[in-house]
Amino acid sequence: MSAPMGPLSGLRVVELASEWTMYAGKLLADLGAETVLVEPPGGHATRAFEPFVDDEPGIERSLWFWHYNTSKLGVTIDRDSAEEMRALRELAATADVLLQGDVQFDIAPFARDELIVVSVTPFGLGGPRAGDPATDLTLLAGGGPVWSCGYDDHGLPPVRGGGNQALHIGGVHAVMATLVAVLHRNVTGRGQHVDVSMYAAANVTTEAATYEWLVARETVQRQTCRHASQFPTASSLAPDVGGRLLHTGVPPRTVKEFEGLLGWLHDLGLADEYPETFFLEMGRDRGGVHLSDLATDVEAREIFAAGRGALTFIASRMTDHDFYVEGQRRGLAVAVIAAPEEVMTDPHFVARGFPTPVEHEDLGRTFTYPGAPFHAPRSPWRIKSRAPHVGEHNEMLG
Amino acid sequence: MTEGPSARPTSHARPSNGDGPLSRIRVCDFSGQLAGAGATRYLAAFGAQVIRIEDPVRHGRWDILRGSPPFIDDRRGIDLGGAFQNHNVEKLGVTINLRTERGRDLVRRLVAISDVVAENFAAGVLARLGFPYEVLREIRPDVIYVSNSGLGHSGPYSSFKTWGPIVQAICGLSFTSGLPDLPPAGWGYSYMDHQGANMEAVAILAALVHRDRTGEGQWIDMSCTDAGASLLGPPVLDATVNGRGTRRPGMPHSNHSQSPVMVPHAIYPSAGDDCWVAIACRDDRDWCALTGVIGDARLHDTRFGTVAGRAAAQDELDGIVASWTRERDKFSTADAVLAVGVPAAPVRTPEERIDRDPATAAWGLWPEVEHAAMGRVRVDGLPVHLSESDWCIERGAPTLGADNDYVFGELLGCSASDRAALQEEGAI
Repeated sequence: MSAPMGPLSGLRVVELASEWTMYAGKLLADLGAETVLVEPPGGHATRAFEPFVDDEPGIERSLWFWHYNTSKLGVTIDRDSAEEMRALRELAATADVLLQGDVQFDIAPFARDELIVVSVTPFGLGGPRAGDPATDLTLLAGGGPVWSCGYDDHGLPPVRGGGNQALHIGGVHAVMATLVAVLHRNVTGRGQHVDVSMYAAANVTTEAATYEWLVARETVQRQTCRHASQFPTASSLAPDVGGRLLHTGVPPRTVKEFEGLLGWLHDLGLADEYPETFFLEMGRDRGGVHLSDLATDVEAREIFAAGRGALTFIASRMTDHDFYVEGQRRGLAVAVIAAPEEVMTDPHFVARGFPTPVEHEDLGRTFTYPGAPFHAPRSPWRIKSRAPHVGEHNEMLG
Repeated sequence: MTEGPSARPTSHARPSNGDGPLSRIRVCDFSGQLAGAGATRYLAAFGAQVIRIEDPVRHGRWDILRGSPPFIDDRRGIDLGGAFQNHNVEKLGVTINLRTERGRDLVRRLVAISDVVAENFAAGVLARLGFPYEVLREIRPDVIYVSNSGLGHSGPYSSFKTWGPIVQAICGLSFTSGLPDLPPAGWGYSYMDHQGANMEAVAILAALVHRDRTGEGQWIDMSCTDAGASLLGPPVLDATVNGRGTRRPGMPHSNHSQSPVMVPHAIYPSAGDDCWVAIACRDDRDWCALTGVIGDARLHDTRFGTVAGRAAAQDELDGIVASWTRERDKFSTADAVLAVGVPAAPVRTPEERIDRDPATAAWGLWPEVEHAAMGRVRVDGLPVHLSESDWCIERGAPTLGADNDYVFGELLGCSASDRAALQEEGAI
């Protein structure tokens, strides 16, 4: 049997290059769609986004552009050239999906009953804010996520979560809706227009902040590295032996978790040294504690606090990674707070094949990229190729 | 509407979007919380018939959100949890006791008529309950079976326990969110429950497209930490290509913008208690426009004429911008900056973006549903509109076992006396 192909193989996507479309285009391309990125003759502006390979700027050297354009083909179109616009119309006539962002071509000439047109824009195509300028920062700040992120000290500004997540939230919704439209077309033969608002997407990606307001008219308040809440909760950060912060999770509540924590203290020879061991034994012997008891039951509160204290105490004796792996082996949901580069060398991610080699034959080098978001053996996600050079596939314009 | 359990509405055979684009799809849904339930919620909003299976012995509490806050009034109970209601709109609900042979038989019969089986138990739990992929494939050869777990079903840490903040800590998302010389701020909510659910929906929908073309089903192993780590491309490449990690002095600083470099770019104080405004100056054109609005002579320093010059004086510039924003209302600041074409936004509170924002209202982003026990409640809508086959969210989450009669009776053909016997035996 031949190697399985991506689930979207056989589909052709024409993407009119935009910062807003690139993540959606990458996902569709890595899932097997033949995705043609259409740029202006000098290349799209995102090719100037830092950082660059070896820190040398260059139109083929942006790591931002590399990441968001894997598996795509690249062509250039001069919008002022009637001949090139005719070539674009011919290309679009072969497309299943036309993906567009902030640079709006007049798509009317491309329209066919079976074409799926997907627009990814900051505020959608209509409405009171359509056309307002926006970035990842302003979308996350205006759209809700930032309200919930930051520090206990509200004299410090709230924080934007890192990594272009407004682009990812909007982009993944663009892909979900595109796939719905493809499944619809498989039955009806008809395409349609999909309008994606990144601002609306941020607004429905805030978990409790939204439904606490919708249901109970409560306003959550941000806290350091834990859930924003209308009730303050205790810190879940602790330093390891070298001062690196790790995540102690939710302290033990079940008998099994108290047994796991007590066993860990004993095995480390710390049960006598930790002053609150008695409370952990009490927690085990009384059958655990329930979070709902903490408000009214003083003993439960002491036991719960002793669990957090024990985890902090153990953390100070070992490295963050040892704490994470050993704690988890004992049934405690604790974690390392990994930097992205550490994820790429972590034995678990390596064993799952997450770090993904991508050949850059033009540079004579192979680089490691983030890998598949899920494993689908009969129709796998796969990076087919590095990002295209400017106009690398112009021959397909005929 | 009358009160009490007998007032449960008659089951609807179809979701509100009965003619929707996914109305040919039936989902046998073991998922819970948000990371799993959010994926099947999306399918239901487009017309898929999603049948949520819950445990009658523990009154559905294998999903800890059932019966948990927020509550709409003083009433408490398993049918009154606000988060569960938000995440399970447009689904049907049945109770099946998987510990009993009769219960497992009902699951087998349900799988036989389902296109998709979705679950997000800890890795391996559903297999131990008797339903590994190999068994489901025997029942339904083209079934799409999706397992969504914290660390996936392979690899040395696959048995580890996670929830949103633990996933985010492991995959790099917590570390990269914060200000320099401070602990990570992380995400103040389970961002990866949302994105895990979204990526699971992508996996299911893509697998349905594959099945339409080939007739093949498959088992999909989704790890939320893999999905999370896939959302940090540029910083990962800076490390793997240039050897420059994010664990370094002055980093992370996620209110600044390193990729691409934009300065000034931060969240600034505004007049009032805990009021803030975000401003992002993308390029030299934005810079000229912004200096015009702020009107502070210090900004005309020639050092600030280029991106590189501004980047070298970033903290100094932040101080000058903050001295302007601090005295002003966050809305008027954002309006003034937007008026000259520069991106800006007030940091909106939940109330400001839900109840006082014409943009979310115009989108129809907060649909109101009818819930059998809670009454009328608003919920999250979807951030997309499809011109031919849009989503529809009108029906609240199922109360526990609300659709037993429809699913076991009409779909599986159990007579009323069969169903009474099943209940008697504790199978449903």
